[in-house]
Amino acid sequence: MKIIATDRDGKEHILEGRDGWTVMEILRDAGLPITAECGGACACATCHVYVDEEWAAKLPDKSDTETDMLDMALAVEANSRLSCQIICSDALDGIRVTVAPE
Amino acid sequence: MTTPIETDVAIIGAGPIGLFAVFELGLLDLKTHLVDILDRPGGQCTELYPEKPIYDIPGLPVVTGQELTDRLLEQSKPFSPTFHLSQMASGLSRLDDGRWKLTTDAGTEIIAPVVVVAAGGGSFVPKRPPVPGIEGFENISVFYAVRKMEQFRDRDILIAGGGDSALDWTLNLAPIAKSLTLVHHRDGFRAAQHSVNQMRELVEQGKVKFHIASVKGLHGDNGQLQRVTLAGADKKEFQIEANAFLPFFGLTIKLGPIAEFGLNLHENLIPVDTEKFESTTKGIFAIGDINTYAGKLKLILSGFHEAALMAQAAFHICRPNEKLRFQYTTSSSNLQKKLGVA
Repeated sequence: MKIIATDRDGKEHILEGRDGWTVMEILRDAGLPITAECGGACACATCHVYVDEEWAAKLPDKSDTETDMLDMALAVEANSRLSCQIICSDALDGIRVTVAPE
Repeated sequence: MTTPIETDVAIIGAGPIGLFAVFELGLLDLKTHLVDILDRPGGQCTELYPEKPIYDIPGLPVVTGQELTDRLLEQSKPFSPTFHLSQMASGLSRLDDGRWKLTTDAGTEIIAPVVVVAAGGGSFVPKRPPVPGIEGFENISVFYAVRKMEQFRDRDILIAGGGDSALDWTLNLAPIAKSLTLVHHRDGFRAAQHSVNQMRELVEQGKVKFHIASVKGLHGDNGQLQRVTLAGADKKEFQIEANAFLPFFGLTIKLGPIAEFGLNLHENLIPVDTEKFESTTKGIFAIGDINTYAGKLKLILSGFHEAALMAQAAFHICRPNEKLRFQYTTSSSNLQKKLGVA
């Protein structure tokens, strides 16, 4: 599956997602500026991304923890998600995400 | 400015690795002082995930960040470390006698032959909202903490955020403010329910205004805020009067002043050898998440190992004329005495 990620400079990166990995891990390993301070424990909100509207609806709903953690993120929008909570799968092939401001 | 403290080892960071370093150094009779920007020990373990279970600490099948911290504190207690909390390590310089002087932003000075950087990712600092030009308003009309409530009397205050800090300060400042507006991106809060209820009461009484909105622009001169542009859930922008803005989005980690210590850095990490975990500057060690070497894994257990080897090397610097006697806590009555169990 492919992840199309836009960085903070507006540059697009086409990344190969791995089944079962989180989008955060793929972004981080590709060198995108994802801090992911807590290492994917849904405890820090530093892997905040915007998911393109057409994909946002296809994702499983946010857990209460993710909703709570997003309260600590900056510049939250309706399509904000924590990328450590998005699991790569073929159903998400082509998903577009944008790294949120720091 | 207080009198400088003289000790064996100054440790930057009171997270799990800094705490275990106290233990390993203590077994070798080395005294320690720790500096941490947070107001309690534990670092990321207590700040980010106090309730989250950790499953990869050897011998502890499951332990939370808080429990691990409590246990490490108990383990290091016999060695009476001194904590300098709510202080940021802000300067490091070499003295003529070869020792190091570590200074903090609170004016504490620690002189020691060995400095151990166990700072994880750096310092926890407040998150700064991505609003253009916000830096120019900071400490004049934008504040990330309330030090003196009186400073906010009769002001038009804007608070942003949905956690306990945002709610607590809304409740505390509303009675003394000229006006108080709370903005949050949704009509739900991760704060204590009774605080949320009290806030909603104040909104009903007209004493607090609440908008589901985000802050888009700050307007004013010379750092003095006058108006703020907000964008509502419908993305429509509007302005409100405000001369004080308090964003409460929690903390994030920045390397901070360590970058200015003159240490060799590689991508914000301190390269070390794997024998002593010493940086390329003699007497300065780096252990835990802040260091880098071939094969490095950012695991707490790796930091424990690094602390043990660092302590051996630190001994030779602190006690150049003494022979290091390697002993086990299981068999050495000498060590057991230090631990208070013999």
